[in-house]
Amino acid sequence: MLEIVNLHASIDNKVILNGINLKINLGEVHAIMGPNGSGKSTLSNVIAGHDGYDIISGDILFDGDSVLDFPPEKRAHLGLFLSFQYPVEIPGITVSNFIRTALNEIRKAKGEESLGASPMLKLMREKMKVLEMDKGFLSRSLNEGFSGGEKKRNEIFQMAMLEPKMAILDETDSGLDIDALRVVANGVNALRSDRNAFIVITHYQRLLDYIIPDFVHVLFNGKIVKSGGKELAIELEKRGYDWIKKEQK
Amino acid sequence: MWLRRKLFIVSDNDKIIDEVTSSDYKYGFSTEIDSDTIDPGLSEDVIRQISLKKDEPQWMTDWRLDAYKVWKEMDEPDWANVSYSKPDFQNISYYSAVKKKQYDSLDEVDPELLKTFEKLGISLDEQKRLSGVAMDIVVDSVSVATTFKKTLKEKGIIFCSMSEAIKEHPELVKKHLGTVIPKSDNYYAALNSAVFTDGSFCYIPNGVRCPMELSTYFRINEAGTGQFERTLLIADKGSYVSYLEGCTAPQRDENQLHAAVVELIAMDDSEIKYSTVQNWFPGDSNGKGGVFNFVTKRGICETQAKISWTQVETGSAVTWKYPSCILKGDNSIGEFYSVALTNNFQQADTGTKMLHLGSNTKSTIISKGISAGRSHNSYRGLVRMGPRAKNARNFSQCDSLLMGDKCGAHTFPYIEVKNSTAKTEHEATTSKIGEDQIFYCQQRGLNPEAAIALIVNGYCKDVLNQLPMEFAVEAQKLLAISLEGSVG
Ligand SMILES: Nc1ncnc2c1ncn2[C@@H]1O[C@H](COP(=O)(O)OP(=O)(O)OP(=O)(O)O)[C@@H](O)[C@H]1O
Ligand SMILES: [Mg+2]
Repeated sequence: MLEIVNLHASIDNKVILNGINLKINLGEVHAIMGPNGSGKSTLSNVIAGHDGYDIISGDILFDGDSVLDFPPEKRAHLGLFLSFQYPVEIPGITVSNFIRTALNEIRKAKGEESLGASPMLKLMREKMKVLEMDKGFLSRSLNEGFSGGEKKRNEIFQMAMLEPKMAILDETDSGLDIDALRVVANGVNALRSDRNAFIVITHYQRLLDYIIPDFVHVLFNGKIVKSGGKELAIELEKRGYDWIKKEQK
Repeated sequence: MWLRRKLFIVSDNDKIIDEVTSSDYKYGFSTEIDSDTIDPGLSEDVIRQISLKKDEPQWMTDWRLDAYKVWKEMDEPDWANVSYSKPDFQNISYYSAVKKKQYDSLDEVDPELLKTFEKLGISLDEQKRLSGVAMDIVVDSVSVATTFKKTLKEKGIIFCSMSEAIKEHPELVKKHLGTVIPKSDNYYAALNSAVFTDGSFCYIPNGVRCPMELSTYFRINEAGTGQFERTLLIADKGSYVSYLEGCTAPQRDENQLHAAVVELIAMDDSEIKYSTVQNWFPGDSNGKGGVFNFVTKRGICETQAKISWTQVETGSAVTWKYPSCILKGDNSIGEFYSVALTNNFQQADTGTKMLHLGSNTKSTIISKGISAGRSHNSYRGLVRMGPRAKNARNFSQCDSLLMGDKCGAHTFPYIEVKNSTAKTEHEATTSKIGEDQIFYCQQRGLNPEAAIALIVNGYCKDVLNQLPMEFAVEAQKLLAISLEGSVG
């Protein structure tokens, strides 16, 4: 469903993505690991359509069609979701208002009717229960004053509400305490089906004990330098990245 | 704008229906207009004519003439942070029926205007009314007006046009007119005092709580607008009233200069909530045309009284407006909540004065400026703690939001403290909408304009929350519309 073909991208004339190839089918979970600064968040942003990057060459296909010319919102309407590594604050806008607006924009784009206030609230309550979130969250300003872990949980809450076809989780685990990690992972697992797919970016094998990936890729210097099954993550946890860096030389 | 047609409220039932059904015709295009217009120019003679045409008592005529004398000695102020070519006061007609173009159907109306109406969610009937399409007024609105009037009457509330008040309630008008804003207060207030043609008058009796938002119900019946409006609102001891002025629909007007005066009197233990949405024609995107809006608004609070001003200002080419509170009585409270949005070539210089005279007086100022395009937006505020203002408190928060790099935001906060136990607190921020905020919203499915509207509404939340519910919803849409085209 998502296919990245020989993607090269730069920012301020600095090449960050250096020929990425990745194919993701429905029902699959792909983990992407790699040292700091290797280009993981850049890849997420480029897939999501951030206009701060120059696409030098290559393509991004969604269900077989190129989305390179699509603005971010249009990609979101197709079912793409990015859980941000650093979610932004929007003062004065409550979590529930934001999610309601987002969900209804997406429904509108699909030609569906907008969801009324009470079914919306009911849906929010259901999803919050799975994620063990307090109801008070709904009336708080989006991400304003949220702890690191609360922000991440809120990202997953939004994902659960929007039910994307393709979700990218950029270091959703960092900042979560041990219990929160389990809860959030359960939330993700509850959404897994053969009608969607996930990219899980993480530094720690621990998350992958909960969200078991079908594939693990290692990103280094803007390139996927190694791919394997879930055992690759275990090996990385033991050995670090040095041996991979050496292999590259 | 909604309330300008409140003339009929206290008139007889038959007259109500008459006025409601014939209002547009009466003030629109009938041939009577010509004979009802005074030639341009200003002189004692013109003022006498105005007074005569309005069938005013002698004391009113004298009052106007007195104001004219004061005005003649004054100079047009130029301290505000705005620049414009000054109006030629001898080239203005000070008494004329408002000319409204009359159309036969909506097809003839400017499609741009209709698009805006649609975005604001204004009904077809109302679209016709606002754009001056001939129509039959639905019976519904007549019956609403009648019920409304009956309720007010039972409570002893007076709500009528200023002209009518001068005739029917001279003792109240004589006693209070010009007591909060004297004729000599400033150039435009003096001019208004001399030539005002109409406006609203409201009196809430002792201990009465006005059961509805005044003016909401009359949206449907509004017609012409005044160039020099005069409003006087008196809340007697222990009473409460919430008053709405303005309209979110864009207002076009042939008159370039608007100089209104609004006086509020809050007696002991009373409360007045005064909300305004101002959306006069701001000029086109090249800065051509647009209304000059020079308004003087002030209220006085007696013991334990409270006045709160809430305003959403999005229109006019030049705005000059400082709704203020004189906190005379001990324990009185003044509040000012403002959103001022400027785009293209608009200029706004707005803010408030909180004059703390009594002890334990409190004031709150929340000002949210939004500048886009090449516009300039200034906050100007004065907080003065007088020598008797023991333990007085003020909190001011003045935020500016900039969109793009060709606009300007300025703040001019003045603080004077003459009592050592008084305290003021001032916070100010200037921010830009972050690219990362817009990207975040886009990632969740919002287009950039929806994203900006959302972020701006969040930024203005503390002010919008002060507005009555339905007004707030329209004001939110209005902010979004006013910013259209301001993102690259
Ligand atoms: N505006 C910019 N100008 C120059 N370099 C940039 C810019 N933005 C990002 N980079 C660089 O791009 C590289 C990739 O950054 P990216 O955020 O994608 O890394 P990452 O793999 O997500 O790292 P981490 O694991 O720390 O989150 C980094 O070296 C970063 O400094
Ligand atoms: Mg990263």
